[in-house]
Amino acid sequence: MPSVIEVTELRKSYGGRAVVDGVSFTVEEGEIFGILGPNGAGKTTTVECVEGLRVPDGGRIRVAGLDPVADHDEVARILGAQLQQSELQAKLTVREALELYSAFYPNPADWRPLAERLGLTPKLGTRFGKLSGGQQQRLFIALALIGSPRVVVLDELTTGLDPRARRDTWQLIEDVRASGVTVLLVTHFMEEAQRLCDRIAVIDKGRVAALDTPAGLIRRSAGATVVSFTPSAPLDERELTGLPALASVEHRDGRITLTGTDETVDAVISLLARHHITAHQLRVTDATLDDAFLDLTRDHTEEAAA
Amino acid sequence: MNTAVLRTEFRLFRREPAAWFWIFLFPTLLLVILGSIPSFRHVDTSMGGLRPIDAYVPVAVLVALLMSGVQALPQALTGYRERGILRRMSATPVRPSALLSAHMLVQGVVALASALLVVVVGRVAFDVTLPQQPAGYLLALLLAAAAALALGNVVSALSRTTKIASAIGSAVFFPMMFCAGVWLPIQSMPHTLARVVQLTPFGAAARALNEAASGHWPGWAHLGVLVLWTVLLTAGAARWFRWE
Repeated sequence: MPSVIEVTELRKSYGGRAVVDGVSFTVEEGEIFGILGPNGAGKTTTVECVEGLRVPDGGRIRVAGLDPVADHDEVARILGAQLQQSELQAKLTVREALELYSAFYPNPADWRPLAERLGLTPKLGTRFGKLSGGQQQRLFIALALIGSPRVVVLDELTTGLDPRARRDTWQLIEDVRASGVTVLLVTHFMEEAQRLCDRIAVIDKGRVAALDTPAGLIRRSAGATVVSFTPSAPLDERELTGLPALASVEHRDGRITLTGTDETVDAVISLLARHHITAHQLRVTDATLDDAFLDLTRDHTEEAAA
Repeated sequence: MNTAVLRTEFRLFRREPAAWFWIFLFPTLLLVILGSIPSFRHVDTSMGGLRPIDAYVPVAVLVALLMSGVQALPQALTGYRERGILRRMSATPVRPSALLSAHMLVQGVVALASALLVVVVGRVAFDVTLPQQPAGYLLALLLAAAAALALGNVVSALSRTTKIASAIGSAVFFPMMFCAGVWLPIQSMPHTLARVVQLTPFGAAARALNEAASGHWPGWAHLGVLVLWTVLLTAGAARWFRWE
């Protein structure tokens, strides 16, 4: 499949401080690609370079083969953007905003079903300044999709949305992708990344710390599997710490929580069987993307400090 | 120029009653208030046979241009930048410059309509002779409008926030009102003061309008001063303006 977005060795500094320091990734056609990272990691700067809002200091960006800076207008015609911080004229109504932005594109989508889908129909006559934060956010999502884009870039998509609107928006993004649109999604909301993204680049301190599927990221992290139980008799601490591929051990109120891999789980079960100890309330769960994220960004911080 | 943006900006301008009042109605209102003072309707020998009300028509015309260019425009443009409206526009095939130029055109047109209202009300209510040299008057008016918008652009270029824009705008507005002759029409200013004032954009504009009103082609020196200011101010605005 061809790559719709190619970012190679992207660099951008502000006042001598490198905010984006050699970021590379490619996004395939029809993919939902996530960019995850702590605050100030350079996520927004990266996507603003893709949108052509910022001029990179170094590296190369191509969107459908075009340069977002040199070919600004061509890129803007095929790329819909929802920015992290922007407003519209306070006295512009929702209907007027939708009509105005429709007029910017050669083949705009019909804004009525889009407004309906985003729950904006009852608000068509309301001025931007009178909308709630969530309504403004939904309007910006509509404006990102109004030009029938090939690529949409969504920065903090569901910020300010209530849980119901958030789920509706996720469904909308999945439908948009199903129609062949490529989605680049900036988020620091793990549930959103895990649910929507095919692949995720974890960006930390201006670099790509990891790039994989959500499941791949979880598998990669040191404590991918969590096993917890209350033993019927005390266990030898040395035997616990000697378990293969163990990432951490925690005792709390007589309950033991171990993180590691499937291998660790197998070993702990045979250890318990050997000592005829019963494991009460045994739970084996996969780590979440949250755990993987913390693990990935922490490792990187320590490497950088070393 | 994008027509959809222009239509939208005009529609939005109609929703700003304060801007309408100050740009479109206030200059005429000023003329009406001054004209209702009896002494303003009698010939004043210091003005070369003119009545004060005659001298105040060009002044009120310049007030309209200043209200839009120096008071309203910097607020609007700085607000568009401060609130990320220009940024959102940058992510579309239509550049944010389309929004700025549409807004300036709307402001300019409303200010010129206000100037026309001043001239008409002056004629109808106070029997002020219509400009005897209409082409020269129109030329001077258009150049003065360009200078006012350019000045407003410099103010928005230098202001990071709308608060700063409003402070700088007011600081510029009052001296410009003085040069335009609001407190003392340029014809009545002491000779030396008038010579200095006519080197400012609105002093020169006042001179050019007065000449055209009395039937002469406006002096090239005055028109030249206006053009020079407009070029310098536009260059400054282009140099200092930040899109975000």
